[in-house]
Amino acid sequence: MNDLRDLYQEMILDHSKRPRNFGKLEGANHEASGYNPLCGDRFTVHIKVDDDIIREIRFEGSGCAISTASASLMTEGSKGKTLAEAETLFEKFHKLITGDAAEPQNAEALGKLLVFSGVKEFPVRVKCATLPWHTLKAALHDGHKVVSTE
Amino acid sequence: MVTSESTSKVRPSGEGKAVLPLDIARIREDFPILKMKVHDKPLVYLDNAATTQKPQRVLDALNRFYTRECANIHRGLHYLSDQATVDYEHARTRVQRFLGAAESSEIIFVRGTTEAINLVAHSFGRKFVGPGDEIITTVMEHHSNIVPWQMLCEEKGAKLRVVPINDAGELILDEFEKLLNPKTRLVAVAHISNALGTVNPVRRMIEMAHARNIPVLIDGAQAVAHTKIDVQELDCDFYCFSGHKIYGPTGIGVLYGKAQWLEQIPPYQGGGDMIISVTFEKTTYNCPPHKFEAGTPHIAGGIGLGAAIEYIDNLGLDHVAAHEHDLLEYATRRISAIPGVRIIGNAQKKSGTLSFYLEDVHPHDIGTILDRDGVAIRAGHHCAMPVMDRFGIPATARASFACYNTREEVDALVRGVDKVREIFAR
Repeated sequence: MNDLRDLYQEMILDHSKRPRNFGKLEGANHEASGYNPLCGDRFTVHIKVDDDIIREIRFEGSGCAISTASASLMTEGSKGKTLAEAETLFEKFHKLITGDAAEPQNAEALGKLLVFSGVKEFPVRVKCATLPWHTLKAALHDGHKVVSTE
Repeated sequence: MVTSESTSKVRPSGEGKAVLPLDIARIREDFPILKMKVHDKPLVYLDNAATTQKPQRVLDALNRFYTRECANIHRGLHYLSDQATVDYEHARTRVQRFLGAAESSEIIFVRGTTEAINLVAHSFGRKFVGPGDEIITTVMEHHSNIVPWQMLCEEKGAKLRVVPINDAGELILDEFEKLLNPKTRLVAVAHISNALGTVNPVRRMIEMAHARNIPVLIDGAQAVAHTKIDVQELDCDFYCFSGHKIYGPTGIGVLYGKAQWLEQIPPYQGGGDMIISVTFEKTTYNCPPHKFEAGTPHIAGGIGLGAAIEYIDNLGLDHVAAHEHDLLEYATRRISAIPGVRIIGNAQKKSGTLSFYLEDVHPHDIGTILDRDGVAIRAGHHCAMPVMDRFGIPATARASFACYNTREEVDALVRGVDKVREIFAR
C-alpha cells in the first residue's frame, strides 16, 4: 500500500481531478498532440513562445491520473522557462521517474515535480508520466505534429 | 449458455442431464502458475480474455515434443519425423472433432485468430472481392476483425459496412438485415465480444446471410474456451480461434473453412509443404489444409493445442460454461453494488467477461492498484476502439473468467476496487 500512496500522492490526485492550465490557448504558436496507443491517453499541448521563452502553456485531452497530473504540473513547471531550460527540466524529470541517477542537486530544479518520484516503482507507468513532456518537446521542435509513446 | 443457481450442488448440463459441478480446487492444482505470488500476494488471474494459463498437461506435451520427438514433419523418413507427423496430425483431428468439422482437411493451423482472419481476407478477398463490393463487420469487433478488412477494401476499392449495437451492447439485427445486399461478399463477426462479453446470435446471422448466398466468417477467439462449438450446426463458412485463449500455447491457432471454400480460394503464403511439384514453368499447389500451411509450422504448438483441447474436453465445456456464468453473475452483482461503477455491456446473453468503468478514475489507475494486490485484470481499450467510442469512454477495466477462477478471487477484485475508491477519495 505504501508504494501506492507514494504513487498516488495528494498533489497528483489533486492535479488529475482539477488540472491547471486546461483548455485551448488563444494565440498559441506551437502545438503538438501526444498519444499512447496502449491505453488511449491523448493530450494536445498549446504553447505561446516569445523571445525563446514559454510565455503561456495550456493543454487539452484525457488520460489516467498520472498522465493528467503530469501534464498539469508540466504546464506550471515550464511556464516562464526558456526552451533550453524546459528541455533540461524534462531530462531531470525523466531521470527522476526512471530511477536513473537520483542526483540531489536536481531536487531544487524539479520543485513540485518531485511528487512523481513514486513512478519509478511502477515501470509500466513511466510512459504515462512522460507522454505530456514528449508532446511538449514535439511542440517546441516543430509546429504541429502527433507523437506516440510507441 | 448454461445458467445455473450459484449455490446448487448439481448443475443442469446442456443435455439436461444432472452432472456434478467442477472440482475447482483440483483444477487449480493442474495450473502451476496459479501457485505464484505477485507482489507478495497470491496471484488472482482475471485476464483470461487476453490469454489463459496453461495446465501441466499442455506443458508436458510441449516438453515431450522437444525432448523425445523433435523433428520436422511431412518429409522425413526417419523415426522422429514420423512420430512428430503422427502427433501433429493427431492434434488436427482433435481440433476437427472439437469443432464438429466434417473433415480434418478443413482445419488449417495458423499463428492465431489474427492470422486466420488475414488469411481469409487475403485469399478469399483476392478471388472474390472487387471494386464496389462490400464486406460487413460490426462495431464491437476486435481490431483484428476490422483492420484486415479495411486493408482489403482499400486495395480492392470495396466498402466496409458496420453493424451497429444498442446501449446494452447487442447487435441490432434489423440494421444487419438492411446492410445485406447483392454487393455483400462476406460477413465477419465475433461469436463473443472481447470488450463487452456479448454472445452474438451468430446462428441467426448466418441464416440471414446464407438466405442471400453470402458466406460468414466467425471470430471465435473469445468463444471456444467458453461454449460448445459445432461448425456444421452453425453452418458458418469460416471459424477462427487462438490456441492460447483455450489453455494452449501462444503462436498456434486454427482456421476452419468449409472444404468448398478452401478448394476455391488461392494459397495464402508460398513455400514448402504447400506444393505438390515446383518447376520454374509451373507450380502445382497441394490440397487443403497443406495448401495454406507454407513452411515449417509451429509443430510443438499444434501438439500443445491438442493437449489443451483434450484437457477441456475432459472437464466438459458445459460444466466450464456453467461455472464461469456463476462467476459472471456473482461478479456483476458485487461490482455493480460499488458506488460510481458503470458496467459496460449489459447484453441478455453474456459470456464470462465483465467490463466496467469507475467514475472519475481511469481504468489504468485501477489496473495498477489491483496489480499491487496480485489481481491481474486488463485495463484499456481491449483492441476495440470503435466500441469504446460507441460508449463514449476511452477504456474500461475488464475482468474475465476461466475454469480455475473462484468466487474468492472475485471478492479480491471487489476489495481491490474498494481500495481504488479509497485512494482516489482523498
